[in-house]
Amino acid sequence: MKKILLNECKCRFSACSENESLARTIAVSFVSQASPTISQLADVKCAVSEAVTNSIVHGYADNPAGVIEMDFRRYDENFVTITIRDKGVGIPDIDAARQPLFTTDVTGERSGMGFAIMESLMDKVQVRSTVGKGTTVTLSIKLGVPT
Amino acid sequence: MNQKVMEGSDVRCELVGGQLHIAITGEIDHHNARSLRAKIDEKLYFYRPKLALLDVSEVSFMDSSGLGLILGRFTLTRELGGELRVINPSDSVGRILDLAGTSRLITIEKKEVKNHEENPAQ
Repeated sequence: MKKILLNECKCRFSACSENESLARTIAVSFVSQASPTISQLADVKCAVSEAVTNSIVHGYADNPAGVIEMDFRRYDENFVTITIRDKGVGIPDIDAARQPLFTTDVTGERSGMGFAIMESLMDKVQVRSTVGKGTTVTLSIKLGVPT
Repeated sequence: MNQKVMEGSDVRCELVGGQLHIAITGEIDHHNARSLRAKIDEKLYFYRPKLALLDVSEVSFMDSSGLGLILGRFTLTRELGGELRVINPSDSVGRILDLAGTSRLITIEKKEVKNHEENPAQ
């Protein structure tokens, strides 16, 4: 059955790390319309933070000239999708990148748990990426207390 | 929910009886982790504690950058000859620690840390 789109919000911001908390704040504000529990709100906040951080750290290698777009959609029955899109370097092997503990970082300061956490917290995580073109991550979750 | 709109982070370090108490407040993300790391590592190198207690009870948000920060400090403390334990994670922070199976590597304790011994609770 096709879901009915009730509300949509699009935003774009620079790929600087200050905007990680901005992205979380926007996500919390939008998703609050879909009757989330406090724990679901925390989950969305964390998943968005992971995806945006990936775009900044990996997609754009901390270059604030990069642009990240977020597209929030709220459907009926408290179903929400959040799309995080960058035009960065892309991911050569998505399956490898989604493995827990996978990281390209050599400083030992990144846990490699970003995708694993997104997958644990969301109902569905869709990743599309083209090397040299960018990466799009779509997070989907049904919010609210199950009836 | 008592939530600030834009929250930074800070860290307090205090040496108590040979143990280094490190209390992080606020949010730990990739942005904040850099300065937190620098502040904590400075104290770890200076004191080289046998036991470092990382109090995260006042951490309101943490993502995998927080995991990286904790794992990195655990590794550094061990390299300096000591042990680092994580104290009092909130439910949301505990959930992220659990997802990563952190407790297989690091001791996570729930306990009272006395910060105000001169002013005990009534």
